[in-house]
Amino acid sequence: MINYVVSVEQLLVLRMGHEILHELTFAIAPGSITGVLGPSGCGKSTLLRSIVGVQVVQSGRITVLGLPAGSPALRRRIGYATQSPSVYPDLSVAENLRYFATVLGAPPDDPARVLEQVGLEPQRDQQVARLSGGQLSRVNLAVALLGQPELLILDEPTVGLDPVLREELWELFHRLSLTQGVTILISSHVMDEAERCQSLLLMRDGSILAHDTPAALRARTGAKDLEGAFLRLVKEMPVEERQA
Amino acid sequence: MSIQVTMATAQRLFEQLRHDPRTVAMMILLPALLVVVLRYVFNSKESFEHLAPALLAIFPFIVMFLITSVATLRERTTGTLERLMTMPIAKLDLIMGYALAFALFAVAQVTVVAVLALAWLGLSVTGSLALLFLVTVLDALLGMALGLLVSAFARTEFQAVQFMPLFAAPQVLVSGLFLPRNQMATVLTWFSDVMPLSYAVDALKLVTVSAVVTGELLRDVAIVAGSTVLALVLGAATLRRRTP
Repeated sequence: MINYVVSVEQLLVLRMGHEILHELTFAIAPGSITGVLGPSGCGKSTLLRSIVGVQVVQSGRITVLGLPAGSPALRRRIGYATQSPSVYPDLSVAENLRYFATVLGAPPDDPARVLEQVGLEPQRDQQVARLSGGQLSRVNLAVALLGQPELLILDEPTVGLDPVLREELWELFHRLSLTQGVTILISSHVMDEAERCQSLLLMRDGSILAHDTPAALRARTGAKDLEGAFLRLVKEMPVEERQA
Repeated sequence: MSIQVTMATAQRLFEQLRHDPRTVAMMILLPALLVVVLRYVFNSKESFEHLAPALLAIFPFIVMFLITSVATLRERTTGTLERLMTMPIAKLDLIMGYALAFALFAVAQVTVVAVLALAWLGLSVTGSLALLFLVTVLDALLGMALGLLVSAFARTEFQAVQFMPLFAAPQVLVSGLFLPRNQMATVLTWFSDVMPLSYAVDALKLVTVSAVVTGELLRDVAIVAGSTVLALVLGAATLRRRTP
């Protein structure tokens, strides 16, 4: 039996009286890159927040690296980047990284390492408020890479990046997963990113439509691309669920 | 708790303020400026002597209240608080980091006001200067602690700024600034009796008129210090690892 890095059972999340996630169940294999895909508002961020342990959940069980989600011991082992950059705009890039590195207990040369990984060395001493949108999301990602976490949870990390940068970041993700065995969960609402993942979790309206490899999804639906596969899966959904 | 993380948090706040020299200048000079203006509003050394102890308590209190409530609210709205809550930082590390950084600012602020009042504006202090200093800094810290606490109840910066007239101004009005507290309407006397700022003003009055450390003075100082600690602990309780 595989020792899963993340396993989610019957996860139910309510926000302001609305059911956002409807009893989701799935598991993530170690060292894999899993794409969480679906239209905006389908519950991707809530799912990721639940796995990180910052979301109040109603019921269900989430186990991360062998511990219940949100356990204090996990705080050093998970790197999490929210969709909107959560860094201090009035500090420089280096000051931000140094502070978060200290909080994580990461070695003093860790900020330099992650700066190199996201290609932001030239902006090292620039104030974050003065960065471009793409640079800002890379600072946000750099903080998540501090302390070499075993599990990376990235909420739409490539939004607003130009194709070259996006390519570079995907190369980084693949390198981390291949050489260091880092497990990566990455959300996106653009289907063309799906091909780069080993495993896909297709979501719609708080439910999981499918959890499979890109190739298997194409084969199962007979669609040429994943966009088509997604649309076919939506059509296959029972009518009452589609309206829910 | 970790001393290293507490110190890093204080340092981070210093770095943030260093990038905003205008705020620093206003924080340190505004109370002094207002005290000078009031000295000449009354235009008599005697009336000023009567008023000065209360002013020493009130202006640093208000400035610290405002700065801290906005700073903490920003930490909440930019998502950096949520990010920190996913990391191995104790809530007290964060709170103490804030307390440490702002205490140092309070010292600078109080030094400027006190030196000015003593050297130029004709305030005479019969009691110990060290004690005057201690009580004033403690009082600025009280403002900081209350600002930190109420910021949890503000959703926007507009609201946070309005909390000054809501929470700080009433305390100032009933603190004995205009009239001795027992000459106000009975209801206001009761109100004044439960407001911590009243005791800060009382303590400063006692320090300026007598060199004897009375039981009453000790009680006042204990109440101010106790309220500060209470507000910090309640403030820590408003920091949530999990949010809906």
